[in-house]
Amino acid sequence: MIRLTDVQKAFGSNRVLRGVNLHVPKGTSMVIIGGSGTGKSVALKCVLGLVTPDAGLIEVDGKDVRSGDRDAFLARFGMLFQGGALFDSLPVWQNVAFRLMRGALKRPKAEAREIAIEKLRRVGLKPDVADKLPAELSGGMQKRVGLARAIAAEPEIIFFDEPTTGLDPIMAGVINELIREIVTEMGATAMTITHDMSSVRAIADNVAMLHEGVIKWTGPVAQMDASGDPYVDQFIHGRAEGPIEAVR
Amino acid sequence: MRLLAPIGRLGRATLALLAAIGRLAIFTAQTISHLVRPPFYPREFGHALLQIGYFSLPVVGLTALFTGGALALQIYAGGSRFSAEAVVPQIVAIGMVRELGPVLVGLMIAARVTSSIAAEIATMKVTEQIDALVTLSTHPMKYLTLPRVLAATLVMPLLVGVGDVIGIYGGFLVGTERLGFNATTYLTNTADFLELRDIVSSLAKGAVFGFIAALMGCYYGMNSARGAMGVGRATKGSVVAAAILILAANFILTEAFFSA
Repeated sequence: MIRLTDVQKAFGSNRVLRGVNLHVPKGTSMVIIGGSGTGKSVALKCVLGLVTPDAGLIEVDGKDVRSGDRDAFLARFGMLFQGGALFDSLPVWQNVAFRLMRGALKRPKAEAREIAIEKLRRVGLKPDVADKLPAELSGGMQKRVGLARAIAAEPEIIFFDEPTTGLDPIMAGVINELIREIVTEMGATAMTITHDMSSVRAIADNVAMLHEGVIKWTGPVAQMDASGDPYVDQFIHGRAEGPIEAVR
Repeated sequence: MRLLAPIGRLGRATLALLAAIGRLAIFTAQTISHLVRPPFYPREFGHALLQIGYFSLPVVGLTALFTGGALALQIYAGGSRFSAEAVVPQIVAIGMVRELGPVLVGLMIAARVTSSIAAEIATMKVTEQIDALVTLSTHPMKYLTLPRVLAATLVMPLLVGVGDVIGIYGGFLVGTERLGFNATTYLTNTADFLELRDIVSSLAKGAVFGFIAALMGCYYGMNSARGAMGVGRATKGSVVAAAILILAANFILTEAFFSA
C-alpha cells in the first residue's frame, strides 16, 4: 500500500532521513517510534508531499506519489496533527466538515453539518460542541475534533502525528482506543508516529524504529519486546544507557 | 585578505537582497496567477473585505480628520508669512487627495491590516494549520493569500476616497470654525481647484498600497520561522516592508502622474 524506498531528506547540513525503507501493507496499522528529532514527522510529511524528499521513492498502491492528480491523491488521506491544527476562525463542525464543504467532495451545508455531528459523536463528543470555537475546547477535546476531521471523508489512509502528546493518561487511553476502533471498523491503512509506548501497544499491528535517519528495526508489535535490537530495547524500556545517546 | 573582507560582505548582502527580491517576485506572480485559476473562495473574500475595509473605517476616518485639520492650521500659519492665507482650502484639498490621504491610509492599513494578516498566517503556519489545509486538498495561496490581497486591492481605493473626503472635511471644520473662512467659499474653492487627475491618482495609489499591504502580510506570514519569536519577526518585518514599499510606490506613482 505505502512503500518508502531509500528516502532521504536534509535541512541544510542536518541529514534527517538517510535512506528510509518501509512498507505498510493495506489495512494495517504501522507505528513509527523513535526519539524526538529523529525525522518521524518528516517521513510522514514526505508521504503527503508537505516536505519534498531529496532522494528516494515513495509509492502508494504502486504509484509514485509525485505523479497523478494531487487533489485526488490527498482525498484518500486523513491526518490528525500533533497539536490538532484546528482552524481557529471556524466553529468545530466546520473544522470537521472542512473537506465536505469545498472541492470535489462538496456536499450541501446541512448534510455536511449532519456528517460532522455524526463524526463528533463517533469520537465521543456531544452535538453541542459543534458550534463552539476550537479555543473553547480542552486539549483532549481538540484532539478528538482533529480525529473527527481526519475521518470525516472516510479516507483509505489515516496518519496520526503524536496523537496522545500533551494528554493525561486516561485521555491518552481514550484516544488510543478510538484510533484502534476507527482504523479497524473503517478498514483503513494507518501510520502513526509516537514515542508513547502505551499508544504503540494499543494502536500498532506493526512497529518500525527510526533512528539516525534509518529504520533500525521493523516487525509485528507482538515481537517488539523480544526484538533483540538494542535500539528498540533501550527505547521501549526508556533506559538512559544504550546505543541511543541520551543527550541529543 | 582583510582588505577583501568588506567586498565579500557586500557581495553576500547583495546576493541575499537579490534572493529576497526573487522570492517576493515569485510569491507575487503565484498570487496573481491564482486570480484566473479556480477554485475560488468567495466566503473568505467577503470576510477579508469586511475585516480590511469596514473595520478599518474608524481608524482611517480619525487619521484623516485630524490630519486635515492640522494641515489647515499649518497652511494658514505658513501662508500668513507672505499673505497667502486664502489658499488654505485649495492646499488642503490637493494635499489630502494627492498625497496625505493615500499615504496615511496606506500606512494605517499597513499598521492595522498587514500586521494582523502576518500574525494570523504565521500562527497558522507554526500550529500546522497551513499543513492541515494542504492535507484537506485546499491550496493555502488560494484560500489565504488571494482573498486577502484581492480584497485589500479593491477596498483600499474606497478607504482612500473616504479618507480624502474626511480629511478635507477636517480642514473645512478648522477653516470655518477656527480660522474664519466662509463655508460656501471654502467648499467652492476646494471643488474648483481639484482635478479629475488628482482623484484618479489618489484612488490608483490606494489600490497599489492595498495590494502591497496585504501581499506583505501574506508573504511574511507564509515564510514565518517557528515559535513565538518567528511570529513576532514576521509581523514586524511585514509592517516595515509594507511601509517602505508604500512610500517608495508613492514616489513612483507621483512621478508617473504628475511629473509632466
